[in-house]
This record gives sequence, structure tokens and C-alpha cells, in this order.
Amino acid sequence: MASLLRSLILLLIVQSFLFAIAFGSNEVEEFSEALLLKPLPDRKVLAHFHFENRAPPSNSHGRHHHLFPKAISQLVQKFRVKEMELSFTQGRWNHEHWGGFDPLSSMNAKPVGVELWAVFDVPQSQVDTSWKNLTHALSGLFCASINFLESSTSYAAPTWGFGPNSDKLRYGSLPREAVCTENLTPWLKLLPCRDKDGISALMNRPSVYRGFYHSQRLHLSTVESGQEGLASGIVLEQTLTVVLQPETTSVESNMQPSWSISSLFGRKVVGRCVLAKSSNVYLQLEGLLGHELKNVDTEIEAHELWKNAEFELSLKPERVLRESSSFLFIFDIDKSSDSEPFDLGLTWKLPSKWSCQQAPLHASRFLMGSGNERGAIAILLKATESQEKLSGRDLTNGHCTIKANIFQIFPWYIKVYYHSLQIFVDQQQTTDSEVLKKINVSPSTDKVSSGMMEMMLELPCEVKSVAISIEYDKGFLHIDEYPPDANQGFDIPSALISFPNHHASLDFQEELSKSPLLSSFKEKSLVRSYTEVLLVPLTTPDFSMPYNVITITCTIFALYFGSLLNVLRRRIGEEERFLKSQGKKTGGRLKQLLSRITAKIRGRPNEEQSSSESPAAQSSVLSSKLIFKIILVAGAAAAWQYFSTDK
Amino acid sequence: MAEGQKKLCRFWIWALSSVAFRLILISFPGNLNLSSRPEVSTPLTSIRRLAEGYWLKQASMSPYAGSMYHGSPLLLSVLGPLTVQRIKGQPSHLLCSLVFVIADILSAMLLRGIGQKLQMAYGLNARLLGFLKSSRDKVILPCGDIAALVYLWNPFTIVSCVGLSTSPIENLAVILALFGAVTRRVPLAAFGLVIATHLSLYPATLIIPIIFLLGCGLDAPPIKLFLQTRSVENEETSTSTVSKQAKLKQTMRIPFLWKTVAHFLFWVLLWSLYVLVLCALSLNKYGGLEEMFKRTYGFILSIEDLSPNIGVFWYFFAEVFDFFRNFFLIVFHVNILFMLLPLAIRLKHRPCFLAFIYLAISSILKSYPSVGDSALYLSLWALFVNELIDMKFSFFLFCGYLGISLLSPVMHNLWIWRGTGNANFYFGNAIGYACFQIVFVVESVSAMLNHDRALKRSNSNHQEVKS
Repeated sequence: MASLLRSLILLLIVQSFLFAIAFGSNEVEEFSEALLLKPLPDRKVLAHFHFENRAPPSNSHGRHHHLFPKAISQLVQKFRVKEMELSFTQGRWNHEHWGGFDPLSSMNAKPVGVELWAVFDVPQSQVDTSWKNLTHALSGLFCASINFLESSTSYAAPTWGFGPNSDKLRYGSLPREAVCTENLTPWLKLLPCRDKDGISALMNRPSVYRGFYHSQRLHLSTVESGQEGLASGIVLEQTLTVVLQPETTSVESNMQPSWSISSLFGRKVVGRCVLAKSSNVYLQLEGLLGHELKNVDTEIEAHELWKNAEFELSLKPERVLRESSSFLFIFDIDKSSDSEPFDLGLTWKLPSKWSCQQAPLHASRFLMGSGNERGAIAILLKATESQEKLSGRDLTNGHCTIKANIFQIFPWYIKVYYHSLQIFVDQQQTTDSEVLKKINVSPSTDKVSSGMMEMMLELPCEVKSVAISIEYDKGFLHIDEYPPDANQGFDIPSALISFPNHHASLDFQEELSKSPLLSSFKEKSLVRSYTEVLLVPLTTPDFSMPYNVITITCTIFALYFGSLLNVLRRRIGEEERFLKSQGKKTGGRLKQLLSRITAKIRGRPNEEQSSSESPAAQSSVLSSKLIFKIILVAGAAAAWQYFSTDK
Repeated sequence: MAEGQKKLCRFWIWALSSVAFRLILISFPGNLNLSSRPEVSTPLTSIRRLAEGYWLKQASMSPYAGSMYHGSPLLLSVLGPLTVQRIKGQPSHLLCSLVFVIADILSAMLLRGIGQKLQMAYGLNARLLGFLKSSRDKVILPCGDIAALVYLWNPFTIVSCVGLSTSPIENLAVILALFGAVTRRVPLAAFGLVIATHLSLYPATLIIPIIFLLGCGLDAPPIKLFLQTRSVENEETSTSTVSKQAKLKQTMRIPFLWKTVAHFLFWVLLWSLYVLVLCALSLNKYGGLEEMFKRTYGFILSIEDLSPNIGVFWYFFAEVFDFFRNFFLIVFHVNILFMLLPLAIRLKHRPCFLAFIYLAISSILKSYPSVGDSALYLSLWALFVNELIDMKFSFFLFCGYLGISLLSPVMHNLWIWRGTGNANFYFGNAIGYACFQIVFVVESVSAMLNHDRALKRSNSNHQEVKS
């Protein structure tokens, strides 16, 4: 044990020495881990794992990394990715109960399936190629079918409706992608300690995937160094958000369930990841409005707060931070060890009730109409209760307005009629210009590209509900384009509703330690919410029919062609005789030849010859036939020769 | 004379009542949902797609952006504003419907004009060949009036007029071309042909019958008959008056009027240049003519849209293996072209009938057929009631058309709306429709050829009797 420790120390010394040589500066790669736990009003617990890995700008080209995953840095260098986010999600974020106006929800509430967006730092013409290559690389890296986003029918280039404004942005999502542990394992591989040590050791697969919501996110952005000759630095942020239902033993229905880390995950934290610069556990308690301890010193508060009449924590927090509506307890897991594992628990003593802060409007989306020919998509925005309290209002011309951006991708088989767009504000149909400030549409092209719609609405603050409906025709696909379970239907990716005037941030009242999780919470993030994925059933052809259809249709054509031609060239006996007499009268040699040929084609004996000509004449006819045949064959041969030599 | 007046009066009553019927139908809200019927509106003729194209254009995008609109940019500029304007308290698209009603009336009137010309020609020819003495004059049916009424009262026409498909306008252009050719108004014929081709490509085949019409004149029995008649008459008697002989000579020695045809071709060139320039101007900012050809003719020829219609191609190309797709595309399109020449050779003395057959064939083999096309050829068929009076299977065909048009909505409903049937139901219906159309075309051609034969036989009998 002692020798192991010594070698480890030695290794660390050598490592730091190498660091100093490699960079010649004090900037080193940093890794930090954090876990945020948060009880939710509907008796569930949210666990948010946050890992951040920073690679500083360096001047070496094919550079060496200590902590930073090589796969990611190669990806960034190869495809010149400026910013990228990839998320795997299972389950829907419950905006009503889990919050819609805090940084946690606006960043981690993701649409079902896979969502990927990336901003590239390449010339405009190469963006699509880079995107395609990136999807393939990510597909291999994360064992997911992200490569389906390669085809131009599944991604779009949002201009302003999606968060970052850039013309080099590409966005795509795969609503049907199933997310499972095979996606989590490669994701964990990017962490320096994997799931062997530190906070990530809590990720017990059965407990993580048992949750109501599971979103695994990878966000990377490059930091320009500003210095000449330096490559840009990379910040890799990996988060895993799970919503779990703690097992309760209490019979009281209005009592919040008590839980501990070991009861949630079936594991305990045993020591930190030694490579992490900081590893903290946070517990966020919202809505403790019973504690109006405004003027109490935080130190005293911390002493008092963690054990009070309402609840009790099993460990004493290091510090307590206060935000406008919530408290944050900070724990350090440094002290834990094998013998004394870190196992935070929360025990409720009294029934408690609170609500989460919600986005100004609650968005939902649904389909209208029946049948497999056409339908309409409706997006319904409903005012939430907390709307009055919101601060992010925009007072223009003395009116209080809420701005809402709607970004929506339509697959090509949903043929949207943009002229049928209707907006109802409080059940009153409005003309477009009243609330619709801006609209950008890129219509879909059959089998080539998907459609995209970006809308900016400016709504009065006192609005109760807004309904947007747009009609569409359902497309009919070729049999090869249907997936194996064709009758299940097709998914329309989630729409994104964002509120450009509203920014969510947790405003802690004091200067913080440099915890990346808290600093990311402190940054103002755009309030956004994703709507449901829609399932559109499309009609299917009969998959067993191709041969029948081909044969029947070709029969019809044969019938048409044959019978029409037959009618055209049919002659009745009278006409035949007439023609013959005509032929006799004007008897030239060419005419005779022609009549003979026609007779031959018709397969009838040339009556004229057999009746009128003697056997002696027949031999000459034979010879002339022979000559004709020879000429024909020779001509064909010459033509063949000519064309074959020509090539 | 009074009887004639009475007939005329009856015609106008029927025509006006059909217009009134249309006006009543279009005042129903939602156009009776006809505009979404696959039998009425195809991707090429749907007014909803036109409105979408207009919206895109208003939003300063190419009307062909996306795969919605595939029609002409000129039609968009004419009908587009009408799709947006609404009269208060009236159903939407009322103005568009009115335009289509007017187009239908115009088509009917032009058909009547064509019919009257044809009727006159029929009477003249019959008299020249000596079948019709003045006493038997009544046998000639007023085919113009019949055709116009068939057009106006055909349920297919009414449905496509009320269902807001643009096919009444396409039909109007085709009929205009024929009318121009029949009345020897060369620029008008060229204009109609160019516009019809511009709108739906297939009427391009009409250039052959129109050239025959302008070059050789109206439908007539084969020229051999006249020659025979003349020789017989010459042999038989020299007592016939000089004036009559001269007249006969005039009609018989019909030279092919190359000058008129050249004139016509010149006008076609002129009008198509004009149309192209207009299109180029209106699509100036959005990809120009290349884009237009790709999105209109390209769309027609490559059959990209596989939504169901009354043709057979949608299902065929939804099912056929991708590897053979191009092969079958070529085969099916060439099928139309293959028949042009044999028909032209056999029916060159009857250019109007030839035009009818071409239109019928193209409406069978069209990429996106609709009942509007059938309406056109059915009413053209009515122009030849005198010749085709002995057509076989006419009752059978009538029942077939009736049955198909009743079954088609049922099958569509079972498949699309109820989900209790499958695609084969509707496809079977389409197959049946194609079969009936084919039998119709074949029987028409056969009846016309038999009519010519009968003329000849009776002519020779006539001669024998005389000599």
C-alpha cells in the first residue's frame, strides 16, 4: 500500500514537471466534478452530475493531453467545431413540476432521443460536409445512430430561432433514438476517472435508467486564445440529469419522501476522483419560504438550517448559499474515505409544499384532424401562474410584451402549407402582423431537405393562451422509405419555444469559489422549452405487392398498345382486294417488292405470286429475295462495323 | 325555322341552367371539400398548392421553393392574388371559383363554335359524296350544341370547376387552340397551343392535328372517295354543269397549305418566346427558367409525387424497385409518343378526331391525371356524334365510367379515412378506370375507321347503281 502511494506521488511529481515543460505557463488542463441534488415538488429527486474538462490553448500541433479526452480534441481539430452540443434523452421534462425558469431546466430539459447542434469554424460552403463528417464521427464515438442526421432531410440550418445566431449552425434531432447504457459507457470513457472513482461512481446503471427522466449531455466549446500561433482551448462539459423516485416507507401521502444518496443510487461516494480539481456535492432546496431569515448571517444560518423543524440533513454542509428563492448547501467529499463514505441524506419531518418557478408560457403541441391524408399541427402556449412575477418583461411603447421564438423542423413527408398559418390569441383569430413580428420559413423539398419554420411572436403580457395552427398534407413514400415498423408512424421532432427576453440565472448573493457548476448557473441562460414529439401515422402501400403491381400495370399498357395498334392496322377483305387491284394497275417493281414484304410481315402467302407467276419465275423471285437478304445482312454488318469502330 | 329557334332556345336554357347550378355549388362553404379530392386536384392543378406558391412568392421566396407548387408562374400571377382576396361573408376562394366558371362557359362556347364548323363540313362532304339529299338533312345532329352541353353538364367538369382545380383553364387553352385551328385563326391557334403546352406539357402533341387542320382543312372522309366520285361522275356524264365541276375540283385537289403551316409555326415560335420572356421576368430573382422547367416539366416527367390519384403511376412508382425506376419512366412516357405516328397516318384526314384521340391517350397515360382531363376528351368526343353513332360498347362504357366515379370516393374513404381498406382498393379502382378509358379510345378509333369504311362501301354501291 505504501509503495503504491509512493509511486503515485512520484507519478504526480513527474506529471506536473511534464506540464511545466509542455506549456511553459501556469495554464493546465483542469477537471472538476460536481453533483447537484434537488428535491422536486412532486416527491421526486433530481440528480444532476456535472463534469467539466478544460484544455487550455496550446501551441503544439499534434498535442498531448493529460486529462482531456483525445477523441474529443481530435474531433474539434478535424472538423473545426466551434461549439457543439449532443444530448441523449429518455423521458419528458415536466415543466410544471420540475421547473422551467431556472438554468438547470433551460439547459438540461432536452427533447426525447438524440439532439445535436454544432457551430463550425469553416467557410460557408464546407459547413454541410463538416456536419456530415461530424455526425459519422460522433456516431462511432457514442454507439448511436447519429449518422442518420447526415442526410439533408433530417437537419436544418436555423438562422435566429434557435439560440446561437450563426449561419454556420446546423441542428438535427432523432426523436426515435433509444437511449441506453451503450450510450452512457462511451460517454463515461471521456471522464478521467471513468465511473471507477469519485462522483461518477454513483452511476449505477439500473438506478440511473430507472428514473423518470434521463438526459445525458455533452457540450463543448472552443475558447479563442487571442494569441498568435496558439490553437484554441476547449471546454468540455458533460452533464447527466436524472429524475428519480425515492422509495418511501412513510404512509403519509402529503409527506415528502426522505432519501439518501445510497437509497437513490444504491452506492455511496468513496473519495473523490484524484484528478479532479474540485469535487463537490450540492443540495438545492427550493421554496423554503417558511424561513424568512433575511438578515441572519449565513454562518449562523448554516448551523441552524441544516437541522431544523422541517427537515434534517445527515451531514453538516460546508457552506450555505442563498438565492432569491432557494438555498444551496455545499458539501465537500474530500473527507470521505473507504471507512467513512459520503452518504448525504435528507429526512423530512413535516409535510412541505412548494412550487417551481415556471417559464412565462407553457408550450404544448398536438395534431389535429383524422385520416391519413391531411391534418394540422397546433402549438398551444398557455400562460403559467407565475407569469405576473416575472422580471424579464419588455416594455415597448408602454405595453408589456412577452417575446417568444418558435423553432420547428418538419420532415419532408409532412408537407406544410405555410399560407394556412393561423394564430389565435385568447381564442380570437388575429391577423398575422399583430403578434407575428418575424417569420422565416424554408420549405421542405421532397426527399431532399427538411422544412424549417422560425417565428417570433410578441404577445401582450396579460395573454392567457396563444394557439398556432398550420395545415399539412401527408406525403406518400416509396416502399423502401418506410422503416421496418411502418405502421407505427413517423415522428416529428420537438418544437423549441424560447423566450429571448427572459434569462434564467441563479443569483447567489456572494462571491463564489470557482466551481464550474455554480458559475454556469450564474450565467444568464435563455429560457427555452421543448414540446412533445408528435407521432404521425402515414398510410402505407401494400408491402407485398410490388410484383403484382408491376405485372398488372404492364398488362394494362400492353392492352392499350396492342388493341389500339390492332384497330389501326386491321383491314377488311374488301380493302385488301382493292389495294391488290391498285397494285396490279400501277405495277412498278418497287411496289411489287413492297407488297411482297408486307405479305411476308403478315405471314400470309402472297396470293398474287402463287396464282399468277410460273415456277420458273418463282426461282427468279427466290434469287431476288436472296439478294435482298444478302444486302440486308451486309448493310447490318457494315453499320455494326461502323459503330463499333467509332467507339 | 321556328323549330331551329326553339332548339336554340332550349340550348341556351340548358347552358344557363348549368351555369346557375355551378353558382349554387360554389356558394356552399368549403367547396363541398371537393378541392381536396385526389380525383379532382392533382399536385399540378391543386389550388391549395397554388396559394402556397403565391404565399412563398409574397414572402420573397421562389414559388418553387419546397415541393408544393409545380404550375406555371403566369397562372400564379393571375390566380394568386385571387386566392388571398376574400369578400366578407362569402366563402373563401369565391373569386377563383368565378374565374373557373367563366373559363368553363368560354370553353363551352368555343366548343360550340368548333362543332358548328364540323357540322357544316360534315354536311358539305356528305352532299358532295352524294349521300345526303336535301330531304335527309335532318339526320345531321347539331354536334356543337351537344358537345357544349356535354361539357357544361358533365359531372367531371362540374366537379373540377367547383373543386377549384386549375384544369378548366388548361382545358380552355386546349379548346382555344383547336378553335383557332378550325376557324383558321392562325395566331389564336398558336397562342392556345403554346399556353396549353406551357400549363400542362401534354397538349404539345396537338401540334400534329393542328398542322393537319391548317394544312388540309377540316375533318373529311378519305380523299380517295372524292377521287373515285369524281372519276365516276366524269365517266358517267358530261352533262353536269361546269360550275359544279369547278367546285368539285376545288374541294378535291386540296394542296397542303405549307404557307399557312409555316405561318402557324412562326406564331408558335413567337408566342412561346413571349411566354418564356414573361416567365423569365416573373422568376427573375428565383432561379429563372431553368428552375421553372425543372419544377414543372421535370416534375411531370419524373413522377416525384406519389400521392394517390386516378391514374396508375403513383402506385406503380411507389412499389417499383428503385433500380428499374428510370427504365419504366422512359417506357411509360414513350408509350404516348409511340402512338402518335400510327394514329397520324391512319387518321390524317380527320385532324379534329386525331386531336381528340391524342388528348384521350395523354389523359390515360398522364403522370397526374384528374377527372378534368376526362371532361375535356369526353366533350370533344361529343363533337363526332354523327360519325360515331355506331360506336360499340357505349352503354357498357357509360356504366363503367359511372361505376368508377361512384366507387372511387368509397375506396378512397375506406383506405385513407377509415383505415379498413388498403392501397390496393384504390389502385384497383384506378386500374378499372384506365381499362375503361382504353376501351373507350380503342372503340372510338375503331368506330371512326368503320364509319369511313361504310362511307366507301356505300359510295361504291352508289357508283355501281349509277353505272
